[in-house]
Amino acid sequence: MRPVVVAGVGMIPFERRDEDSLVDMLAMAGWNAMEDAQLGDRSIDAVYVGNMASGLFNHQESVASALVDRLGLMPAAAERIENGPASGGSAVKNGFLGVASGFYDIVLVVGGEKMREVIGPKATDVVACMTHPQAEYIYGVTLPALAGMFTRLYMEKYGVTHEHLAMVAIKNQENGLLNPYAHIQMKITMEGILTHPQAHINSPIVADPLRLYDCCPVSDGAAAILITTEEIAQKLKRPIVTIAGVGQATDTHTLQERSDPTDLRAVRISSQQAFKMAGLKPKDIHVAELHDAFTILEIAESEHVGFFSKGKGAKALADGETRIDGKLPINPSGGLKARGHPVGATGVAQIVELVWQLRGEAGERQVKDASNGFSLNFGGFGNNVLAFVLRREA
Amino acid sequence: MEISRHWRLKRQRYALIGEVCPHCQKKIFPPRDICPECSEDARTLYQFSGRGEVYSYTTVYQAPSGYEANAPYTVALVKLVEGPMLTAQLTDLGDEPIEVGMPVEMVTRKLRSDGERGMLVYGYKFRPRLIEASE
Ligand SMILES: [Zn+2]
Repeated sequence: MRPVVVAGVGMIPFERRDEDSLVDMLAMAGWNAMEDAQLGDRSIDAVYVGNMASGLFNHQESVASALVDRLGLMPAAAERIENGPASGGSAVKNGFLGVASGFYDIVLVVGGEKMREVIGPKATDVVACMTHPQAEYIYGVTLPALAGMFTRLYMEKYGVTHEHLAMVAIKNQENGLLNPYAHIQMKITMEGILTHPQAHINSPIVADPLRLYDCCPVSDGAAAILITTEEIAQKLKRPIVTIAGVGQATDTHTLQERSDPTDLRAVRISSQQAFKMAGLKPKDIHVAELHDAFTILEIAESEHVGFFSKGKGAKALADGETRIDGKLPINPSGGLKARGHPVGATGVAQIVELVWQLRGEAGERQVKDASNGFSLNFGGFGNNVLAFVLRREA
Repeated sequence: MEISRHWRLKRQRYALIGEVCPHCQKKIFPPRDICPECSEDARTLYQFSGRGEVYSYTTVYQAPSGYEANAPYTVALVKLVEGPMLTAQLTDLGDEPIEVGMPVEMVTRKLRSDGERGMLVYGYKFRPRLIEASE
């Protein structure tokens, strides 16, 4: 395998974007990544599009073919990669494999989702379609419902409190205020979302114990990276950030079939694979983007990835270790909680944020002296997970 | 959803029939003809008693389309006395507070109706156990 460099990154602000179609958004993000790479001619060999549900959300399929046409990249190879909420991460992995194997030299990976074209309950239904149709979906199970049952077990087992959950939301929304691409630009307080007698009006229950501010918003958006070989990247005069480690693991489709439903096995295994490949350990990471679709997940993942031992993630959070100025900043972008979670975009947006951080281009939310980054893209309810280690080369 | 799909699933949904692996004795639900434990062929039908206890639960306030009329409703992980866990709605709760470990039993109830003229889908739900069956 040859080294793979992220030579260009681009995004569009995540928000409700009524004026843009899905393909418009993919094209804008892709264009931004190509511009960022300062690639002279646009001789792109292949385009991978991470997208979960364009059929159900937008009544459009084969969006990768539409995108190459939109960007005038024919005859580049093109395909859409669907892997639920990890569609973006899977698209990155496929692009990585294309370049690492020597089959392609320049690959554009774009992730995007346009969720706000349907009403709220319909969006909840589309996302719920990834659950087991006979064992979960038909009983009215939603992703917040699975996360709610997981949260209850995790709180009970490890002493995680409502305050801890709120701390994730408060931290990530604070970070989001420093990220012009973040959907949610609003400071929240412990009083406003939890302790005030009226807090239940500001943050109503979605699926108890999870409240509104424990859940990521429903967003439109897209993100893109351009990846290539070291040789080509060196000619582009951009800082060199390599994809040093890639991991992917699966778990049972349903939560009910896990012998310990609080154990995120696919997170553990995919992370170990990525660290092993990169020759790094969790303690070597300077900045991490985790998949906080629900506040509990940032805490649980920080433990399963190996940053903190089991049951210690909430304390590290409360001690400020995961703030931008802490020992291990987690989700300086605002995470899914504040940046938003246009499903297929997320895994790519995480890589975009890491590249900005490792290049020192993250503006007000810049983590100091970061040269090793980690991202985790959590598919299903933990049944298909991708992990990446990125490294700034000297 | 397709009528054929609901017809095909009637055994597992009305009678809680799963499978047991003849090789490693794992009890399987939902049935899939292949043992998730040992990857061997597993087609022996197994009727679960329908008794179990609440392992975890949540009350859903933001329901997906098709379930809005039922909201809020409570979904639980139910650990069956035979071992496997399944996911289902709790029903007939009355004023009783839900607790982890609460004994429950299976009943057949309407799961959803797809509009005024649409199909009614029935299946299992769990209610607090009426009689403490001897186990
Ligand atoms: Zn078996």
